[in-house]
Amino acid sequence: MSLYKGYEAVIGLEVHVELKTETKIFCSCKTKAKEPNTAVCPVCMGMPGALPVLNKKAFEYALKAALALECEINECSSFDRKNYFYPDLPKGYQITQFYHPLATGGKVRINTENGEKNIGIKQIHLEEDAGKLVHDGNEFTLIDNNRAGVPLIEIVSNPEISSAKEALSYLKNLKNILVCTGVSDCRMNEGELRCDVNISVHKPGEKNGTRTEIKNLNSFQFAAKAIEYEYKRQADLLENGEEVVMETRRFDEAGGKTLPMRSKEQANDYRYFPEPNLPCICVDKDAIERIRKSLPELPDKRKKRYVDVFGLSEYESECMVSDCETAEYFEKCASMSKYPKIAANLIIGEILKLKADGNGEIPVCPSALAEVCDLSGDDKINSPTAKKLVKLLAGETFDVESYVIKNNLLQINDKDIILNAARNALLKNPKAKNDYLGGKQNALKVVVGAIMAETNGRANPVIANEAAKSVLEE
Amino acid sequence: MNELVNLSISELRTLLDKNEISPRMLAQAFLRRIKEKDEDIGAFITVCGEKALDLADKNDDCHGKSMLCGIPYALKDNICTKGIKTTCSSKMLENFVPCYDATAKRILDEKNAVLLGKLNMDEFGMGNSTENSIFGATKNPLNREFVPGGSSGGCAAAVAAGFVPFALGSDTGGSVRQPAAFCSVVGMKPSYGAVSRYGLVGFAPSLEQIGPITKTVYDNAVVFSEIAAYDKKDAVSKSVNYDVISGIKKGIKGVKIAVPKEFDASTDKVIEENILSAARMFEQLGAEIEFVSLPSYKDALNAYYILSSAEASSELARFDGVRYGYSSDENEDYEKRYKNTRTKGFGDEVKRRILLGTYVLREGYYDEYYKKALSARIRITNEYKEILGKYDLVLLPVAPALPHKIGEKRDVLKAYSDDVYTVIANITGFPAISVNCGQSRDGLAVGMQLMGKAFDEALVYRAAYCYEQAREGGK
Repeated sequence: MSLYKGYEAVIGLEVHVELKTETKIFCSCKTKAKEPNTAVCPVCMGMPGALPVLNKKAFEYALKAALALECEINECSSFDRKNYFYPDLPKGYQITQFYHPLATGGKVRINTENGEKNIGIKQIHLEEDAGKLVHDGNEFTLIDNNRAGVPLIEIVSNPEISSAKEALSYLKNLKNILVCTGVSDCRMNEGELRCDVNISVHKPGEKNGTRTEIKNLNSFQFAAKAIEYEYKRQADLLENGEEVVMETRRFDEAGGKTLPMRSKEQANDYRYFPEPNLPCICVDKDAIERIRKSLPELPDKRKKRYVDVFGLSEYESECMVSDCETAEYFEKCASMSKYPKIAANLIIGEILKLKADGNGEIPVCPSALAEVCDLSGDDKINSPTAKKLVKLLAGETFDVESYVIKNNLLQINDKDIILNAARNALLKNPKAKNDYLGGKQNALKVVVGAIMAETNGRANPVIANEAAKSVLEE
Repeated sequence: MNELVNLSISELRTLLDKNEISPRMLAQAFLRRIKEKDEDIGAFITVCGEKALDLADKNDDCHGKSMLCGIPYALKDNICTKGIKTTCSSKMLENFVPCYDATAKRILDEKNAVLLGKLNMDEFGMGNSTENSIFGATKNPLNREFVPGGSSGGCAAAVAAGFVPFALGSDTGGSVRQPAAFCSVVGMKPSYGAVSRYGLVGFAPSLEQIGPITKTVYDNAVVFSEIAAYDKKDAVSKSVNYDVISGIKKGIKGVKIAVPKEFDASTDKVIEENILSAARMFEQLGAEIEFVSLPSYKDALNAYYILSSAEASSELARFDGVRYGYSSDENEDYEKRYKNTRTKGFGDEVKRRILLGTYVLREGYYDEYYKKALSARIRITNEYKEILGKYDLVLLPVAPALPHKIGEKRDVLKAYSDDVYTVIANITGFPAISVNCGQSRDGLAVGMQLMGKAFDEALVYRAAYCYEQAREGGK
């Protein structure tokens, strides 16, 4: 990995994840509502005399996440108050876990240029979300308390990330694992996953530099860009003999740079002390085991299984496990087809595009794809036809085999027919032979193309290629 | 009808059950008395009047229902009542009308008791004289020149003056027991976790409990047994057998009572004498008295003030004028708005405690103050646990001095140190009752405190009942 002006970056990420529970963490309000200030009650509105009561499901979800990330679970953890004043904080304090978090010491595996690397997790703790401030464009700021009290887990990584690329890999893998467990959908654009960056730079061998914090990042891409920019900014400062100021910055998306945040949002003495209204939560080893057993197969394990059982390559397997839906879709297809590898390739080549265009939904049902794979694997259709079929299946459902026959799409494997077509191709393109003998490889493509045209795209590509070569070399 | 207001809950129950009076008649009798006499006392902030009579009519048929059916009562104005102003005697909540009931209120509704109104208090429960109220001071019915104690002064005065047969107050550092002693009525602070705190606008969550104030010990036991229950809305409330009535008349033969060998230096001779006299009475009634050295009074007091102020600084942070309550007009930015709202909305004592609490929680000082106070709390609790392992009850004064005159200037720290005997039951979480044990100059009363093991209210009531019966020749 190349260093910018010789400086190493030391990056840690604090990721907040909204848990997908029905109700909030300390009251029975719903976590989702349409109209502002409708999913509220005396507890999450901080009304006088209201008391928090822990939502056990939220705790279970947090445990699940911690186990999926290979953390050590603290048998007893407790809640603390983080005190500060802000209009989106109804009680004037946030209930969080400062002194005794629910889990410590996990890891996320990432891929780097030099192979796999583990990014350690310092701790995971449970806390409540604040409300949302909405600026109405005029003089007022509006407060929506629907989000106040939604359960969050905060995942604090060790400062072991060295670049924007590594950070991106960490975020993608972290998201993938959490979505797989079902505890959150982690959609950053919906605020279900939020990322703060801590970054400092130093020359190798020297001690760590002053770090800055970057908050309010709205996408993985912006997080990566912000890290890139800040890394260079800090290195440039130090190269110029200037100092890095410890401060909180935000990312200006339009300008592509980080800027200091207004100082008011920075210095705060939170006066943490134990939350007296909530007893300690203790969880016994049996409960931990029960939840560990309920975890679905996680991406890393899945990837290995696809390589071992289905014979996929590392790359193909990696693509299949890039998210839970794709993985489940692939497995369904693989279970219904003789050619999982073809399924994987069609998914990579066609399905993932369709999925991205169609808002994450896969428009081709697994059984149809499996049919296409089998026809392709049995050499009954060629790969351009397979791709065309998949695209068609996105628009309508039909019986694949019948369609192929009805529309005359069966692959032509007859060498004589293809040789004939090759000869015809040469007649239509007399220059091709001389071009080919003169070293122009393009001539081969022209002849193959003509064979395809004559056979309505049905010629077996391998045979077509051989036939083209043979007539050109005659 | 004048007599009705002097009767105990048990006596009123008998009359109601015999249909000699109706709940409406009862409510009317008390409302009349309030109308006639409360101007002199100043116990009530809000009187419910019409609502009360409607409620009384609804509960007309009490057969087979609870002991409290048709019985009028009032609530300290920091207990939330749906649709009825709940002010905490503060400008901050002067016009605040909750849209929810405290659990204790909901329970009393289910038991068909009749709410007559909300009672004056020290602002947000901070104080021990009921002089820190935007509505003015409440007067002690025994001698109106003197304070009724606090912060549940309105409750104690209302019961003592015959305005209601019972009231519910809240006790964070003595705020039910001390005014009860000052007004010569009975006040109980239950074990921490016995009565739900949901809807109590408290200031120190780890220390406070709602507690009943009544004329007699038996009445107090009845009210307690009705309101003590596990509540799923209060995560620290406990599910325990709260029957304190069955054994209340058993007497105290063989019960071991620890009496302080030394009193705190600030204690009036009069108080000491009355406590020792009470100890002798207990002995005559068959209890075993032993003089015991108790853990440091000063440590308990200091731990209490650090912890309760720290909690208060956080608990009262929600009062910012954004969602409810008083809000200053200066709206330039949220910081200015918050500052002005809180400066104008809170009284001096409240501000003092918030500042103190903020100070002790500061970064870098947590160990020096808060953590130390926590350790002291644990140590003192263990020491009292040990004592209550050897003895059944601890006898203590309620306050080290008699009530002062309303408006009399007091040193702030001296006022705090008047809580020296009552904070013990709050920091340990043990139950403690205050019962009258003597008369003094100016018509004022002296109370004594009995503290028991956690959730051993039954024995506390038994001993208090036995004592009360012996002193007053049975009621």
